[in-house]
Amino acid sequence: MSRKLLLLSAICYLLSCGREQRDLTPPISAYARVVKASPNNPYEGNAYALSQGQKLFEQYNCSGCHFHGGGGIGPALMDDEWIYGSTPAKVYASIAEGRPNGMPSFGGRIPADQVWKLVVYVRSLSNLEPPAAISPRSDEMEAKR
Amino acid sequence: MTGIQSALDPAGVQAAQIHNLWHLFLWVCAAVYVVTVAFFLLALIKGRRRVEPVVDAASERRMTIAVGTGAGVTIVALLGLLTASVATGHAIGTFGNAKLEIQVTGHQWWWEVTYPHAEADKIIRTANEIHIPTGTPILVRVATRDVIHSLWMPNLHGKRDLIPGRVNKFWIEADRPGVFRGQCAEYCGMQHANMALVVVAESPADFDRWEQHQRTPAPDPKTAEQLRGRQAFLSLPCVNCHAITGTDAYATLGPDLTHLATRTTLAAGTLINNKGNLSGWILNAPAIKPGNQMPANVLDAQQLNDVVAYLESLR
Repeated sequence: MSRKLLLLSAICYLLSCGREQRDLTPPISAYARVVKASPNNPYEGNAYALSQGQKLFEQYNCSGCHFHGGGGIGPALMDDEWIYGSTPAKVYASIAEGRPNGMPSFGGRIPADQVWKLVVYVRSLSNLEPPAAISPRSDEMEAKR
Repeated sequence: MTGIQSALDPAGVQAAQIHNLWHLFLWVCAAVYVVTVAFFLLALIKGRRRVEPVVDAASERRMTIAVGTGAGVTIVALLGLLTASVATGHAIGTFGNAKLEIQVTGHQWWWEVTYPHAEADKIIRTANEIHIPTGTPILVRVATRDVIHSLWMPNLHGKRDLIPGRVNKFWIEADRPGVFRGQCAEYCGMQHANMALVVVAESPADFDRWEQHQRTPAPDPKTAEQLRGRQAFLSLPCVNCHAITGTDAYATLGPDLTHLATRTTLAAGTLINNKGNLSGWILNAPAIKPGNQMPANVLDAQQLNDVVAYLESLR
């Protein structure tokens, strides 16, 4: 009995050995400059891409206008109100092409795969991405940047 | 024992002291080991010959003397090593006035190197390469922009950790010219192993020349190709992260490229700095150093040639 239990727990241990898989080379679709007819975000629900997007959000100073999602100079991103649509393609278009009243166009300025990473993060602010993918720690709380 | 990344090949005052301490520990511990094993073997041989242990006043005294001597020697040896260790730490930890100050900031996964100066236009910003004059005491201040790192240039000094939110410092003084390698010595994420830097120790005259040159803005493009390259660089995503003094690129997320062509490596010691590696790095850095912050970029052949020609001209 105890031997079977031991064997079972050994198998359980081995099963938990799988390393977290991260695809670190951007998928080809992430290179596309224009949003095509089926504009699926290659990073939808991808926790690593989401945390990268979160980092880029601070580094590219999106916080300068949107603050940390709460809005200020630019609209809030953590509410459920979407002026220009909440689908990945619409959010991509807002970042890449810009919007009236101040949102600049970042298309060509930021590599497409980074725009997609920002899209996952922005959507996650309104819980439109799987909650399990969202980082529990916010980057703006870092001591020094 | 020689090597560009070796604590056994000291090239500086501090490393020499650490080297001496290392030898002291090595030989004292080796002697202790030999004596211990010798007594152990002796006990094995003697123990096999004698079946009944003889216990009388004489043997008791002999044992007391033996154990007492052993304990005494151990205490003296340990205290001696402790004293030597503290003395070395004290000797390499305290210094007079720094002739030169260098700030090294760790990033995932590269080193930002700054030579501060009271006049803003004389500050030098470079990456993954430290130049130092020989025979000059230098204060190195280390900090980090993200996670914990550790700066380890074994030919010059021991490791010094880079702790988020705090500035650590240590002193180095090279006593001979040479090119050495430094490495991140505290696990800091996916590309920790590819976070190296080059240390160039050179004569004060050579260092002055280097310093003067690094203070100049980036050279202007001389050919049509380089000119197109600069225009491309300034219109592509490059400018979001990199700075080139004398142009409109002044971002600080990635390494400063003002004198990129004078550096010997790319991507923090990962690649030799040549045309092929530079092109590959620009096009698909994630394939070369997975997880690093430099994104893959979409450039057509003409643009790539122009940008590389421009970057290669940044001497």
